[in-house]
Amino acid sequence: MKYVDEFRDSAVIGKASAEINRLADPGRHYRLMEVCGGHTHAIYRFGLKDVLPPNIELVHGPGCPVCVLPMGRIDDGLSMAQDPNVIFTAFGDMMRVPGTQGSPLEHKSRGMDVRIVYSPADALKLAQKNPAKHVMFFAIGFETTAPSTALTLMRAKMLGIRNFSVFCNHVTIIPAIRAILDSPDMRIDAFIGPGHVSTVIGCRPYEWIARNEGKPIVVSGFEPVDVLQSIVMILQQMKQGESKVENQYKRVVPWEGNKAALRAMAEVFELRPYFEWRGMGFISQSALKLRESYSAFDAERRFNVPGIRVTDPKAAQCGEVLKGVLKPAQCKLFGQECTPEQPVGALMVSSEGSCAAYFNYEHRKSMVLTNIGVAV
Amino acid sequence: MCLAIPAQIVELFPDDGNKATIELLGVRRHIDTGLLQDDPPKTGDWVLVHVGFAMSKISEEQAIDQLQTLAMLGEHEAALEEVQGYGLSET
Repeated sequence: MKYVDEFRDSAVIGKASAEINRLADPGRHYRLMEVCGGHTHAIYRFGLKDVLPPNIELVHGPGCPVCVLPMGRIDDGLSMAQDPNVIFTAFGDMMRVPGTQGSPLEHKSRGMDVRIVYSPADALKLAQKNPAKHVMFFAIGFETTAPSTALTLMRAKMLGIRNFSVFCNHVTIIPAIRAILDSPDMRIDAFIGPGHVSTVIGCRPYEWIARNEGKPIVVSGFEPVDVLQSIVMILQQMKQGESKVENQYKRVVPWEGNKAALRAMAEVFELRPYFEWRGMGFISQSALKLRESYSAFDAERRFNVPGIRVTDPKAAQCGEVLKGVLKPAQCKLFGQECTPEQPVGALMVSSEGSCAAYFNYEHRKSMVLTNIGVAV
Repeated sequence: MCLAIPAQIVELFPDDGNKATIELLGVRRHIDTGLLQDDPPKTGDWVLVHVGFAMSKISEEQAIDQLQTLAMLGEHEAALEEVQGYGLSET
């Protein structure tokens, strides 16, 4: 209870924790996957593992957009920025992700025009302000973010803008969950479902997980009490021998999702036949590309993209960590060669990456305790 | 990355697409409300904002709750930085 005690609802947390201890069968090991990187961050930040019984294992899922992007796509994106006429734009999260020739930020220091934007709409605005230049937006994100890229492209088309394109790396969460369930080395008992992705897609797309796979899934909020309550709901289902989709995050997530956002995505994007994920290989129909009617804005069609495939640095085990097979600290580079300040792999860059979350909270905590002579 | 930032709508621009001004902790910026076109927000409503677009309407109580979550997650500064960055640092 080191961290969670600080928070306002520690009484509620104590109650949820007691309920979890009551429901969990001591003779059984539970493997629960939190799909979303935001949950991973919250779990480490609040030290939630400290309030769970040891037989409840939280496995970190693939829901971190920066982490799942293979290095080749970063190289592909940066290859377009070689053109002196191109302004490369991306969210801040992308800027420190290493490509084989360095991160976007390092390319900037070598003189490339690389700029952070906080919204795809601002990348479009930059194009309007720089009519002699071409502005390329390196789009990443799950269904939380894809609708915003879609609306931006609809606006660009409506305005007849010709010097703007999107390098589309939007991915979809359902095929990734399917790949995890199909993977022979992964045994997951239930899922803590993503919160903000579900504001867009709603809860229906998860029904097959409960119905066909027999695994409970509870869409969860991000406060400590939300995550614990979701675990209670999962354990209740398991105790009853049930598996269904439940929505713990009703205050934000409507069951049907956001139809306007889904319409915008359908207008602009179509599914790619397959897409490579870091550590998980090629997953069919797991990513979006621009439809033919938006081809004028498709960076992959406007530029000669090399289609680079790069294997991760050998010693780094991002893939195993991403799939939940290894814990962050079990990677050979963790905390030595690979740190948030000098990341080798993307999982150490994003605050939602399990390595960065583990390093910032667990690892630093244990180092402090070791330094003051407490055995950990 | 999947940060969702609670903010209050302080001005709408019916003549300019789905543009709205939001306020978060005294910072005002323009966002797009196009994703809420099925149930458009009114001035004074609270919304969750992600990468410059309102994703869902929430109650004021939920907004305060959400702000507290961000503070707990140590992400309120990142949220403020993001909001300040909207509009390419226009004022």
